Amino acid sequence: MIELRNISRRFGDTSALSDVSLTIEGASFTSLLGPSGCGKSTLLRIIAGLDHPTSGSILFSGRDVRDLSAAERNIAMVFQSYALYPHMTVRGNIALPLAMRSMNRLERFPVLSELLPSARRKAVENNLAVERIAALLKIEELLDRKPSQLSGGQKQRAAVGRALVREPTAFLLDEPLSNLDAKLRHAMRAEIVDLHRTTGRTFIYVTHDQAEAMSMSDQVVVIMDGKVQQVDAPRDLYERPASRSVAAFVGDHPVNFLDVAVDRRQLAPPFEDVTLDTAIPGRTVTVGIRSERLHPAADGALAGRIERVDYLGSSTMVSLRLPSGHRLSAVLSEQDAVPVEGEILRLSFAPQRADLFDPDSGQRIDARLVPARASSRPARRDQ
Amino acid sequence: MTRLSSRSRGILTDLWLTAPATLGMIVLIFAPVLVVVVLSFTDYQFGARSFEWIGLENYATIFTDPIGQRAVVNTLIYVAVVMPASIVLALLVALGVHEASRWMPRLAAALRAAYFLPVAATLVAMATVWQMLLHPTLGPVNQALLALGLPGQDWLSDRGLVLYTLTIIGVWETVGYNMVLFLAGLAAIPHHLYDAADIDGANRSWERFWTVTWPMLGPTTLFVMVVTATRSFRVFEIVATLTDGGPAFASDTLVFAMYREGFVYFKAGYSSAITVVFLVFVLIFTLAQFRILESRVHYR
Repeated sequence: MIELRNISRRFGDTSALSDVSLTIEGASFTSLLGPSGCGKSTLLRIIAGLDHPTSGSILFSGRDVRDLSAAERNIAMVFQSYALYPHMTVRGNIALPLAMRSMNRLERFPVLSELLPSARRKAVENNLAVERIAALLKIEELLDRKPSQLSGGQKQRAAVGRALVREPTAFLLDEPLSNLDAKLRHAMRAEIVDLHRTTGRTFIYVTHDQAEAMSMSDQVVVIMDGKVQQVDAPRDLYERPASRSVAAFVGDHPVNFLDVAVDRRQLAPPFEDVTLDTAIPGRTVTVGIRSERLHPAADGALAGRIERVDYLGSSTMVSLRLPSGHRLSAVLSEQDAVPVEGEILRLSFAPQRADLFDPDSGQRIDARLVPARASSRPARRDQ
Repeated sequence: MTRLSSRSRGILTDLWLTAPATLGMIVLIFAPVLVVVVLSFTDYQFGARSFEWIGLENYATIFTDPIGQRAVVNTLIYVAVVMPASIVLALLVALGVHEASRWMPRLAAALRAAYFLPVAATLVAMATVWQMLLHPTLGPVNQALLALGLPGQDWLSDRGLVLYTLTIIGVWETVGYNMVLFLAGLAAIPHHLYDAADIDGANRSWERFWTVTWPMLGPTTLFVMVVTATRSFRVFEIVATLTDGGPAFASDTLVFAMYREGFVYFKAGYSSAITVVFLVFVLIFTLAQFRILESRVHYR
């Protein structure tokens, strides 16, 4: 288990991380997710011991690791740029962490290592370990090549091999897939999840790609502007985003944020058909509706003129302008008819699944939209 | 007029762009070298109206005459000392300055300037300073030795010592230049490799050096070796200003002999032969370094 307590990191006058507290369970797959420059890589480097927090503490299984070097923390890391040693073969790269741990200085010395019996025995053992890992990653035939002779995906595997070859407390992966093409990225995503299952170790995965974080992790830590916004399982992140910015960041499709006036439980158009389940203070509220949760329906509550249609094959994106002045975008599925610009489209949504945010702070408001009871409201006019 | 195809127009453009430089090289370098090679087989004296073909006699003189031999051997000794010493020292200084630039950038900048000064300054002027420093009775070097109870030396007039005095000045002159090259090499090493070395357990400075720094400096080191080799083969100014090749040719070198034979005694033929020997040495040295090292330092 890795615990971070009130970690802050400042570079001169700029604050990269402020007051980050986090618990990462052993054997879990945790993603640090955020836009570039949010501090997620800095956090990973602090966990690794490559960087040190300005304040706060890090505990590995309850033990403070402040004074332990990266090597002493016994973590393994896969770098975004792979960071393979260009002068060594893949075999040499994967064997290096083993040699550094199992052999003493004398046994690693260039010529002596050939002569000392203990060094030769250890070299044979290490080589067996390297070949076992190579077989697991299917890179046996690449072992005697130099990194410059490898493709991006092969370098990626070699870097993963170097991390896997010893028995580390945790694997840290810093955007390991961002340099691969889309197809390979999908395949490697599945392989990393498999590796997590087979090794049963703690994985900490840094990414700016919400789809990667959502599909791979047990726990996602959303970081923005150096602060932890939300720590949750992928499903909870999607269903109950803690803030407007988290909601906007997570999910494949854009979220519609509509600022509407509110009077206790009563909402202004276009939400006359729904009410809040609890009264809230304030004069306006931001209603967040995911565009994939809007469906065309003849009796839909939201009607607007179509301003734009983007046909994407499996889905169609439409943007409409509501009479209330709000813009709305919706994802229509393959089964729906492709609408035409200028038409009026009616859309329905499940009010309970809309998210409410404070328009000023962007924080989630713990209230729900519910259908207005027929008795308390006049029947909807047909138009 | 026929229109040229885009391919031949491309070729014409290439020719037009490369021709001036190529022409300059031919006229100013290759043609003179050819003339020098031809002259080296003659007994031509500068200003004479005729010459005789004497075959390889000039070359035989260089390698059999004691004075010629002296110049060849002295040059090889000079290169053999200055090359390794200035490269190793430059690497150490560069590592120190590079490291210092992180925690005290001002001191590092001052050191860098100090080490680079000999390269920027006029060597002839600097030689005067050395002459003063090494003066047998008044020079601070001997004064310091005397203060320590050691005997003073005739640095520039002792036949057994003078060549090594010149190598020390040669090292002093070359270290700064090589340091700048190594500093550029050090700055170009990607930092994530050091991160990887830290993670892999190669985190002490010695291990970091052997795992990352030294292999990544490979291409720089090859370049430094080639440059230092040609620079030290060319040693001339310090000989001309401090010793004139003396005493008794004890500090004679190839280029100084070339100058003396050609411009003092006007023996253009003999001087040309020395020039050819010099060129062949530099060529062999450079080619050997590239052949042996290039595949090892460019990791393909």
